[in-house]
Amino acid sequence: MSDSILFQALIYLAAAVLCVPVAKRLGLGSVLGYLLAGVIIGPDVLGLVGNAGHVMHFAEFGVVMMLFLVGLELKPSTVWQLRRPIFGLGGMQVAGTAALVTGAGLALGFSWQVALAVGMVLAMSSTAIVLQSLGEKGLLKTEGGQASFSVLLFQDLSVIPILAVFPLLAAGAAVVGAPAQGARPGWLQGLLILGAVGLIVVAGRTVVRPLFRFLAGTRLREVFTAFALFLVVSIAWLMQQVGLSPALGTFLAGVVLAESEYRHELESDIEPFKGLLLGLFFISVGAEIDFHLIAEAPLRIAGLLVGVIALKAVSMLGFSRIFKLDRPARWLVSVGLSQVGEFAFVLISFGQASAVFGDEVAKPLVAVVALSMLVTPALFVLLERVILPRVTAGAAKREHDAVAHDDAQVVVAGFGRVGQVVARMLRMSGFGVTVLDLDPEMVDLLRRLGQKVYYGDASRLDLLVSAGCEKAKLFVLCIDEPDKSMEVAELVRRHFPKLPILARARNRQHYIRLWTLGIRDIIRETMGSSLELSEHALRNLGVRAHTAHRIANRWRAHDEKALLDMMKFVGGPDRNAFFAEARKAMENFEKTMREELQGTTGQPDKGWDNESLRNEANARFAAVQAQAAKASESSTTTSTT
Amino acid sequence: MADPRRILILLAHPVLERSRVNRRLADAVKDLPGVTVHDLYEAYPSMNIDVKREQALLLEHDVVVLQHPFYWYSAPAIIKEWLDLVLEHGWAYGQHGKALAGKLALNVISTGGPDFAYRPDGFNRFTMRQLLAPFDQTFHLCQMKYLAPFVVHAAMRVETDEDIKPHVRAYAALLASLRDGTLDLNQAMAAQRLNDGAFTPQPAGNA
Repeated sequence: MSDSILFQALIYLAAAVLCVPVAKRLGLGSVLGYLLAGVIIGPDVLGLVGNAGHVMHFAEFGVVMMLFLVGLELKPSTVWQLRRPIFGLGGMQVAGTAALVTGAGLALGFSWQVALAVGMVLAMSSTAIVLQSLGEKGLLKTEGGQASFSVLLFQDLSVIPILAVFPLLAAGAAVVGAPAQGARPGWLQGLLILGAVGLIVVAGRTVVRPLFRFLAGTRLREVFTAFALFLVVSIAWLMQQVGLSPALGTFLAGVVLAESEYRHELESDIEPFKGLLLGLFFISVGAEIDFHLIAEAPLRIAGLLVGVIALKAVSMLGFSRIFKLDRPARWLVSVGLSQVGEFAFVLISFGQASAVFGDEVAKPLVAVVALSMLVTPALFVLLERVILPRVTAGAAKREHDAVAHDDAQVVVAGFGRVGQVVARMLRMSGFGVTVLDLDPEMVDLLRRLGQKVYYGDASRLDLLVSAGCEKAKLFVLCIDEPDKSMEVAELVRRHFPKLPILARARNRQHYIRLWTLGIRDIIRETMGSSLELSEHALRNLGVRAHTAHRIANRWRAHDEKALLDMMKFVGGPDRNAFFAEARKAMENFEKTMREELQGTTGQPDKGWDNESLRNEANARFAAVQAQAAKASESSTTTSTT
Repeated sequence: MADPRRILILLAHPVLERSRVNRRLADAVKDLPGVTVHDLYEAYPSMNIDVKREQALLLEHDVVVLQHPFYWYSAPAIIKEWLDLVLEHGWAYGQHGKALAGKLALNVISTGGPDFAYRPDGFNRFTMRQLLAPFDQTFHLCQMKYLAPFVVHAAMRVETDEDIKPHVRAYAALLASLRDGTLDLNQAMAAQRLNDGAFTPQPAGNA
C-alpha cells in the first residue's frame, strides 16, 4: 500500500504543505522546510517513504528546470559581462577548493586518486539552495549575489570535465572511456556535442520563436505550457544523448530564449513545475540522510561537516578578496557557497560506478553533503541577521544601486498607442520598464522595431509576478478595453496592494469603475487630445496662442474639479443623488467657464492689464493736473500782480 | 559703420490683444527694413522656449530690443524665462562665452506711472535706469552695450491711435537711427532714456 504512487504523492505533498510554510514563517526559508520534511518522512523518523533515491533521480529534473529559468533571466550580454567572475573567481574556487581538499585527503592517508576525486566532489556548491535562498531574500542582484551566481555557473560547467576525468582516476583502469559516452570515438563525441549546442542556439533563434507566436495566436494556455515543458524535456534528453549535463543544455536554451518576447510567459509556465520538482528534490535529499551512520560515529561526521564548511568558507573569503569584491559580497559568497551541492550526489554515484572509491568513502560523503545542505539555511539566517548587518554598514548604498539598476521599476500593461508613448518616455528618462501586451502580432511587430515588449496576458497573476510587480514602484494600466482593464486593475489591487496604479480611462463609466476600486490617479484618454484640438481651433480663429493655451488649461482645471466633485457621490446609497449632483456639477462648470471667458465676473488674468488700476491712475493724474493748473493759475496771478 | 544694423525686437505681452501701447508700437515698426519682431508669447504659448532657435536669431541680429510692459518694475515672466535659458554660460557669458559681444541691447517699456513718478522724490522712489539695473548688468556681463530705455510713461491713459502717435513716431525714428548707425552710442548709453530723439540727461544729485 505504501508503494502506491498516490500514497507516495500524498506523503510528499502533505509533508511539503505542512513543513514549508512553518519554516518560512520562522524565517528559515523554504529550502530548510523541504529538507526537514524529507527528514521527517524519511526512513529514520516516520519511515513513510521507502527508497527516496529514485524519487531524487526524478526530482533532479527540478534542477534542470531551475537552470533553464536561470538562463531565461540571463541575457548573453549579461553572461559576457560576468565572464571575469565566472571564469576567474569560479575557476579559482573549483581548482583551489579541490586542491585543498586533496591535500587534506592525502594527509588523512587516502590515495591521491581518492583524495582528488573527493576534492572535486566537495568543490561543488548547491545551485538549487543558494539561488533559491538568494532569490527569496532579494540578494541575487547584489554584487555578492552575482558573484555567487557566477561561481555556481562555473561549477555546473565543470561537472562535464570532472565526469570525464573520474574514470581515469579509477584504480587500475588506465584507458577506460567514460561509460556514459558509450563506445563512440572522441572526435565523434566532440562533433555531437558541438552539433547539439549549435542546434539549440540556431533552433532557439529561428524555429522556436515562430512556433511560440503560432501557439500564442491560438490563445490556448495549456498548449503553450505543454510546449514550454516539451522544450525543456527535449533539450534535456538531447543533452543526455550526447553525454552533456542536461542542466547545462537547458541553461543554454534559457540564455538563447532570454531575448525572446515570450520570456515572461515561459517563466511563469515553467516556474510551478520547477518549484514542485525542486521541492521534491530537497525532500528526497532530507530523506536520504543516513542517520544510522551518523549515530554510529557522530563526532567523526560532525568533524567532517564542520571541517568541510570551514574550509570552503575560509578559502572562498581569500579567493573573493583576490577578486576585490566588497566586504558584504565576500561574506555572502563565502558563507553562501560553503555547503556541498546536489551535483556532488551525481558525482558520488558516478565515482562509485567508476570504482574510484567504494562505500566506505561514499556513505559518509553522502551524509556530509546532505547535512551541509541541511545546515545551509541556518547559515543563511546567520549571514543575514548577524554577519551582513555588521559588514554592510559602509557599503549599504552601493548594493542598493546595484539592485535598482536591473530591476523593472515600472510595469506597463498594454502597448497600444497610449502604452507605447508612456513606456518609451519612461525608458528614455532612465526608468526600467517591463511592457506586457496580449496581441502577438503587435508584440512581434514592435519587437522588430526594436521595442522591448513581452507577450502575455496581464490578467494572469503569475505573469504579473514575473514581470516584477512585487518590486515595481508603479503600475501603468494602458489597456484600452474597459472590462480587461478592470480585470487587471482588480488583480493588481488585490495581490499587490502597495503598488500604485496609474490608469487610463476609456470613458466616464470606466473612470467611475476605476475610482470605485480605489484608484485615484486616473487619466481620461481623450481629455488631452480634445483640449489640444480646442486650443488649436481657437488659434485658427485668431485667438493668440498663449491665450488659447490658458483657456484650455483653465478648462482642464475646472473640468477636473467638476469630475472630482461628482466622484464624492459615487457609490453612495442614493443613485439619484449621484445623477442630480452630476448634473449640478456639469451646469456649474459651464457657468463658471462662460463667466470667466466673457469677463462677467471680472477680467481673467487681471494682473496683466488692470482696469481698476487704470481708473485709479487716471483719476489721480486728473487730480494732479487740476492741482497743477490751480497752482500755475495762482502763480500767474502773483506774477502779474 | 558701413552695413546697417539688424534689429531683433523680442515682444512680450501675455495679453497683447488687450494691449494699448505695445501692440501699436510693434505694429508700427514691424515692417521697417532691418527689423524683426518676434512675439514671444505667440511663439511659446506654454513657455517652452526653443533655446537653439533663439540663439540663432540673436546671432543674425546686431541689436536686441526687449519690448514689454513694466510689470512690477520688471518684465513679464517669459522675458525672465528667455534670459535664463537663452543666455547660456559659455555662449553668452563666461570665459568662452562671447557670442553676443559688441551687440547692442535696450528695453522698450510701457509703464503706468508718469515720468515724474520715477524719481527719488516720486512715489516709485527710483529712476527707470535704477530699476532696470538687472537688465543693464545682464547685458553688460554678455559684453553687450546696454543703451538707455525707450519709455512710454502713463500708458494707462493711452486709449486711441492718436494718443500714441508721438510715441510711435519716436520709436520708429529711434530704430531707424540704431539701424543706420546715426545714434551716438556713448550718449545713448549714458542717457536717462531715448525718447523724443533727444536724450534726457542724467538728473544731477539723485541721491
